[in-house]
Amino acid sequence: MTSKNEGNGEFTLDIVKLTINGQEITADKGMTVLEAAQSTGIYIPKLCYDPDLKPYGACRLCVVEIENIRGLPTACTTPVSDGMVVHTETPVVSEVRRTAVQLLMTDHPCDCLICHRREQCQPFDICLRSVAVTDRCVTCPKNGQCELQEVIDYLGITELPFSRTTRSFPVDTSNPFFNLDRNKCILCGRCVRTCNEITGVGAIDFAFRGYSSRVSTFGDKPLVDSTCQSCGECVVHCPVAALMPKDTTQPVREVATTCPYCGVGCQIYLGTRDNRVVTVRGNKDKPPNNGHLCVKGRFGITGFIHHPERLTTPLIKKNGELTQATWDEALGLIAGRLDKYDGDEVGVIASAKCTNEENYIIQKFARVVLGTNNIDHSARLCDSSTLAGLGQSFGSGAMTNPINEIRNARGILAIGTNTTEAHPIIGLEVKRAVRSGAKLIVANPREIDLVRFAEIWLRQRPGTDVALLMGMMRVIVDEGLLDPTFISERCENFDAFKASLNSFGLDRVERITGVPRDLITDAARVYASSKPATILYGSGITQHCHGTDNVIATANLAMLTGNVGKPSTGVNPLRGQNNAQGACDLGALPDVYPGAQSVTDPGTRQRFEAAWECPLPSSPGLTLTEMLDSASEEKLKAIYLVGENPVMSNPDIKHTRKALERLEFLVVQDIFLTETARLADVVLPGATFAEKDGTSTNTERRVQRVRKAIEPTGNSRPDWWITCALGQQMKGKGFDFEHPSQIMDEIASLTPDYGGISFERLENGGLQLPCPTPDHPGTPTLHTSAFTRGKGQFIPLDYKPPAELPDDNYPLILTTGRSLYHFNTGTLTGKVTGLNALQDKELVKINPGDARALGIDDNDMVKVISRRGEVMARAEVSETSPAGVIFMTFHLAESPTNMLTSPALDPVARIPELKLCAVRVERVPPGV
Amino acid sequence: MVKAEIRQQLDELLSSYNRDGSNLIPILQEIQERNGYLPEEAMRKVAQFLKLPESAVYGVSTFYAQFKLVPSGRKIVRVCRGTACYVRGGVRILREVEKHLGIRAEETTTDLEYTLETIACFGSCALAPVVVIDKTVHGRMTPAKVKQILADARNGDEAKS
Repeated sequence: MTSKNEGNGEFTLDIVKLTINGQEITADKGMTVLEAAQSTGIYIPKLCYDPDLKPYGACRLCVVEIENIRGLPTACTTPVSDGMVVHTETPVVSEVRRTAVQLLMTDHPCDCLICHRREQCQPFDICLRSVAVTDRCVTCPKNGQCELQEVIDYLGITELPFSRTTRSFPVDTSNPFFNLDRNKCILCGRCVRTCNEITGVGAIDFAFRGYSSRVSTFGDKPLVDSTCQSCGECVVHCPVAALMPKDTTQPVREVATTCPYCGVGCQIYLGTRDNRVVTVRGNKDKPPNNGHLCVKGRFGITGFIHHPERLTTPLIKKNGELTQATWDEALGLIAGRLDKYDGDEVGVIASAKCTNEENYIIQKFARVVLGTNNIDHSARLCDSSTLAGLGQSFGSGAMTNPINEIRNARGILAIGTNTTEAHPIIGLEVKRAVRSGAKLIVANPREIDLVRFAEIWLRQRPGTDVALLMGMMRVIVDEGLLDPTFISERCENFDAFKASLNSFGLDRVERITGVPRDLITDAARVYASSKPATILYGSGITQHCHGTDNVIATANLAMLTGNVGKPSTGVNPLRGQNNAQGACDLGALPDVYPGAQSVTDPGTRQRFEAAWECPLPSSPGLTLTEMLDSASEEKLKAIYLVGENPVMSNPDIKHTRKALERLEFLVVQDIFLTETARLADVVLPGATFAEKDGTSTNTERRVQRVRKAIEPTGNSRPDWWITCALGQQMKGKGFDFEHPSQIMDEIASLTPDYGGISFERLENGGLQLPCPTPDHPGTPTLHTSAFTRGKGQFIPLDYKPPAELPDDNYPLILTTGRSLYHFNTGTLTGKVTGLNALQDKELVKINPGDARALGIDDNDMVKVISRRGEVMARAEVSETSPAGVIFMTFHLAESPTNMLTSPALDPVARIPELKLCAVRVERVPPGV
Repeated sequence: MVKAEIRQQLDELLSSYNRDGSNLIPILQEIQERNGYLPEEAMRKVAQFLKLPESAVYGVSTFYAQFKLVPSGRKIVRVCRGTACYVRGGVRILREVEKHLGIRAEETTTDLEYTLETIACFGSCALAPVVVIDKTVHGRMTPAKVKQILADARNGDEAKS
């Protein structure tokens, strides 16, 4: 609604003046009459209108009279124009609206709607009009929030001049989270349009005709058998009770917080009642999600918070059995045992699921109390190549641009990311960009959902990304599509890089990647000529034994075309866990203190020694994978592990389990008795995100508040409290915090990028890093005028094949990834009944050709065998897997896929090659 | 096997269209013409080809009366429900046909032999009530006569085979 151009004081021509009901108002050009009326508080009834959706003009309730326009135009579809004179309440308008609503009411269960006793009637009163219980407003869960009720009230309709018809559709209860009751549907199309315009899924549409018209899936099948992804966005947009959550408990209070699942960090409200979280809804006013949520965020939270298997008391292993203990016993025991070890005999594993404050405290505990730099966390397994790669190229390893800029990109390269399943809300951004004309290039061996929206799909062989990207860059250089100004002014080392392109002739690239050279050329041209263009990547890029090279290749490509430091461009790693960014930023890593400050730099070390008032170890510690190796050699004797489950998440878990069993002392702090916690000597019960205060940093570097909604379950405690208590028990200085906000103040004093962060500032929404001072507004886009390291560095690359290639004994490639319905090791999602109903077993996705050759049919039990172990799961014959490649997730304990995966490490980032290993598949005859 | 046939037919059929959503109805019409109905597999393929949601293709397929979602029988039996036929007992004829074939109006027998349809007026009111089997008009029907005609039609088939 700004009326001035900033700076020059000139009035823009984007304002129009119009008159509504005699009142003169101004509105932005491009607004509709309905929006203009609403902005001045003039009510116009409507049912099909929804501010999130394109104007539709179907319900005919917003009809108005406009002078010099014939007939009764719908206010929701008519743009404002200068001098327009609108009347929203005339007898004609009123009559048309009444008739439209009365026609709708003829087949809506409506007796209560026009009953004179409506205000007095209670759900269990006997109805004098013999209205069936199921048809009564007073028993309808939407009563009081129903938009049809609102409109009928406004129009003052008290009778129905038409004869009633009754629909008798069976209610579709197939979805575990919500029901579709077509008998209450008013055919406004908001759900249908939501499913198309917002989510891009298109699971439902109108089908049939006339009185039989209904919202239908393909083939009129139950929702659960359709392409529906259960996000519940349609439920949010339904004006009546046709789409309703199964659980309709109403909250008494709502608390704004951050979703605990993936790295998007959606802003949500937790609704509570009697110290229970009963509802979750998206926060419409805040990025990155602006109200949208995926199935896990909307329906997968309350299930785990209140799960009966939550740990409620500390446990100590006595004679091989974990038995209940008090906090004093448990902390005393741990303090006594850990005190015995030297710094290099202990390791600490922090958690990308915990808050910033907790990660800070955990690394401080490791360094100050235990005197070791042996501190790491599971971002090692998914994101460490980003830190190493983008660190070398740009100077900082994080998403360069905000999530909500993706929608304005003209070109998108999505490589190694199954965005719609692993980061659904970013998936919405990508689809939104495509709808407004962006060209999407998907590079993925699997036919992921985004392929439907892609202009070009590059189906490279797993592990050949460097060759593919170098091939594209070769085309860009050969055809002169590069940005010479950007390269010469902003970057360095271009000539050496250019020379390294010589060995990537398209013949060779085609041979390595399996992608036809013409397609590579097309992709290169599309990426280079669609500006701004953005690159999105996920673990398909990072989880390789040359993951760092993969990351560098994406950075080279972006710099080559000048797509860095501007809106809607950049290189954007999509992080898997809610606080992977924060855990890395706050020093839960063996080689850096908070703020990526090296432990080997004497000046830095002295500063931290002064702040923490104790001497600190000077050499980098062991990484996560190295700690386990060291444990299996019995050099590392004890591990303090918070909120991670390496027995499921690490590669080659047989080795991981053995290593953990060799330890003399293992402490696990978690909210459930995970596969790893079962091996522990002491288990400490942590609190969930809903039971504590703090902050987390999402994948776009946005620090956001986590707020306490309910008291911790049983005797569980927030992780920051536990680690502080342990620090104090072990006589550590600087662990006497009473609230996480105090920890954040200490973080801000030691971490330059977090210098301006405080709980007070975050009250009104997140701040994007770097935010060095209390008056700094945050940094949405990185590298705008200079790269963090000064100049962007081009780095020459060679193609290196994967560590393990298929051979006669192991002829197939296994690639792993995520499913929409589960998260990481399933510790949280596996506790949610509805998510398990949507997916309860691991599926081996195998190409029809391979399946035929092995005699495997859909749903056959198969055994997948690698050099390290074997796993049983059901087969799904699917063309989404290319020939020679099978796909599995790693979420489900019954089929622990990481028994199979390879521990081969990237030489720089020490990330294991989780994305690729050689396997063979055998059919298991039934009954075995 | 059937799936493979449909896939082959579609590959050929779709090759003459470009991937523009406005081609949806012409494509569906051609599939309907070749198969007598729109197989589910074909609708999915068309959705994929035109990059439309499957549900949108289904919406169009169910909206127009010209599209059938189940195969029609080899013989189409049409019973007239126009005014003249109605007055002369058309409903009783319809009930008799339904009883004889074991299906309701607008359904097809499981052996795909007969589809029973009703029409609003066939324009042969002088012969009311009228039953039309394929292209042959049978006038002045009674329940007994229509039963005989259907029996004859079936016997005729058997004799031929």
